Amino acid sequence: MQSVIQVSGLTKQFNNFTAVNDLSFSVNKGDVYGFLGQNGAGKSTTIRMLLTLIEPTAGNIELFGMNLKTHRKEILQQVGAVVEKPDVYKYLSAYQNVALFAKLSGITVNKTVIMNQLEMVGLAQRANDTVKTFSQGMKQRLGIAIALVHNPQLIVLDEPTNGLDPQGIADIRNLILRLSREMGKTVVVSSHLLSEIEQVATRLLIIDKGKKLIEGAANELFDPSQTIVELTAVDNNDALLRLQNSQWASNLQPQRQQSILLKLHKHQIPQLHKDLVALDIAVLSLQPRHSLEDYFLQITSGNQHVQAYTN
Amino acid sequence: MYKLIQIELYKIFRRPRTYIAFAAVFSLITIIQFGLKMDGKTYADFMMKDLSSSITIEGNILNGYLVCYIMLQLLLVHVPLLIALIAADMISGEANMGTLRIMLTKPISRTQFMLAKFIASSVYTLLLLVWLAILALFVSMYIFGTDDLFLMKSSYVVLLKNGDIFWRYVGAFCFAAVAMLTVAALGFLLSVFAENSIGPIVATMSVIIFFTILSTLNIPIFNAIKPYLFTTHMNDWKEFFDIQVTENNEAIIGSIQKPEKIINSILVLLLHIVGFVTAAILVFKKKDILS
Repeated sequence: MQSVIQVSGLTKQFNNFTAVNDLSFSVNKGDVYGFLGQNGAGKSTTIRMLLTLIEPTAGNIELFGMNLKTHRKEILQQVGAVVEKPDVYKYLSAYQNVALFAKLSGITVNKTVIMNQLEMVGLAQRANDTVKTFSQGMKQRLGIAIALVHNPQLIVLDEPTNGLDPQGIADIRNLILRLSREMGKTVVVSSHLLSEIEQVATRLLIIDKGKKLIEGAANELFDPSQTIVELTAVDNNDALLRLQNSQWASNLQPQRQQSILLKLHKHQIPQLHKDLVALDIAVLSLQPRHSLEDYFLQITSGNQHVQAYTN
Repeated sequence: MYKLIQIELYKIFRRPRTYIAFAAVFSLITIIQFGLKMDGKTYADFMMKDLSSSITIEGNILNGYLVCYIMLQLLLVHVPLLIALIAADMISGEANMGTLRIMLTKPISRTQFMLAKFIASSVYTLLLLVWLAILALFVSMYIFGTDDLFLMKSSYVVLLKNGDIFWRYVGAFCFAAVAMLTVAALGFLLSVFAENSIGPIVATMSVIIFFTILSTLNIPIFNAIKPYLFTTHMNDWKEFFDIQVTENNEAIIGSIQKPEKIINSILVLLLHIVGFVTAAILVFKKKDILS
C-alpha cells in the first residue's frame, strides 16, 4: 500500500509545554484516516505541522514520499485543508473566495469548475452573496469547496463538522465517503464527534497528551463483543419486560427512558432481530451506538473528559 | 509572485476600509481649498504681516503652488495614520480574520507571501500620495492659478519663479513617497507580532509620535541619535523648496540649497525600509501560525 503521509518522531514544544511528543504514524493512499484525541491532546498542532503552519521542534514529515521541509511547494499543491474554523474573506462572495484560493493554489480555473465546486457543497445558489451573510454551516461548506477546488490528492479536515446542524453533519460525512470511495482521495479527518469518525474512518490514530495511544484499521480496533445496541420500541416498558424474561436479560444495560441498551457481540445482532419479532416487540429502531466512543474512553486515561465526549 | 501581488491588491481594494483614507484626504483638501478660496486674502495678509512694511509683493501670492505647500505641511503629518490603517493590518488583519491559516496552506513561500503583501501595501501608499498630489497640486493649480511661490522660512524668505516650481513638487512627492513607505514598512513589521488589527495600527502611530518627539527635542543627549531616527528625515521634502543663491544674493534657478541632505535622508529612509521589511520576513518565516 502506497504511503501518503509518513510521520516519525514528531515533537512540538511551546516553551516548557510539550504539545506533541515523539509521534509517529502513516496514512496510506485512499485511507479515511480518523485522528482522535481529547481536547488539547495535540491533534490540531499535529495537523498544523502537516500543513507547515507550525514548525516541528523535532521529527520528520514526508508527504507523497517527499520531505515536507524541502518540497513544501510541490507537496502543498496536492493538499487541500480546512483547519478548525473555515475562515474566509467575509467581504468577498463565495465565488470570489473560491476563485481567489484556486489562483493561490497555482491553478487556472474557469467559472464552470468553481460553480461545480459550489454546487457540490450546496452553495451554488448563494455564489454571488458576500460571506458575511453566511451561517457557520455555509462557511464550513465553503471552506471545503476551497479545499477541493484544485483537485488535491490529500484532504485534511480538522473538526469539519464544527457548528453544523445534523443535516450538515450528514452532508459532510457523505462528502468524505464520496471523496474516498468514488474519487480515490486520501482524507485525514479529526473530530470531537467520535460517532462521526466511526462512520467514515478506515484507519484511526488516537493520541493523548501529545503521544500516540494506538493506530490501526478501524474495524480491528473495536472489540466486537462489546457492541452496544440501542433499541427503541413503540412501548419501551413493555419491551423491557419482555426482554428481561428472555435469553437477552443478561445483555441489558442500565436503562434510559427513551430507549433500551443491550451489550452483545456484533454477530448476535441478526439473532436479536429475529427474537424481537418472536417476542412480538414493535420496534421503531435498532442501532449500534458509540462503540468507538466506548473504545476511546477505555484506552484514554482521563475520566474527567468522559462527559465532554458523551454529550 | 506577480499573481500573488495581484491577489493582494485585489483584497486591499475590495475592502471598504481602504477607501476611508482616500475619502479623508479628499474631505480635508476640499475643506482647506474651500476655506482659502473664500477667505484666502486674510490668510495671506496674516502670513505677510511682518514683511508688508519692508517688501512690496505684486502678483498672486495665494496661488495653487502655495496652497499645495500649505496642505502638504498640514497633511503629511497625518497621512501616516491613514497608511498605518492598511499596512499595519496586512498580517495581523489576516490573523484576526483567520485567513492567514488558509493562505499559508497554499503552495506559496512565506517570503514571497510577505514580499507580495509589502509591495501591495506600497502600491496603496503610492496611490494615496498620487491622489493627494492630484487634489492638492493639480486641483489647487486649477482653482487658484499659478504664479511665483513665496515661502517664509524661520530666518529668511524664499521666492521661487513660476517656471522653477513644478519639478520641485515632483521631487517633494517622490521624497514623501519614500517617507510614507517607511511608515508602511514599520506598520508591516509590527503587524507580524499581533493577531488583531488595532494593536499594530496604534503601535505604529505611537512609535512615530515617540520618535518625532525625540527628533524635535533640542536636548543635547538626544542629538547623537537623531540622525538615525527615520522621523528626523521624514519632513525633508521641504528641502526641495530651498534654493541656492549667488554672492549677490540672486536665486540660482533649478538649484537646491542642500541636495546632499535630501540624498542622505533618502538613504536613511531606504535603509529603514529594507531593515523593517527584512525583519518582518525573518520573524514571519519562523512564526508558528496558532490563530
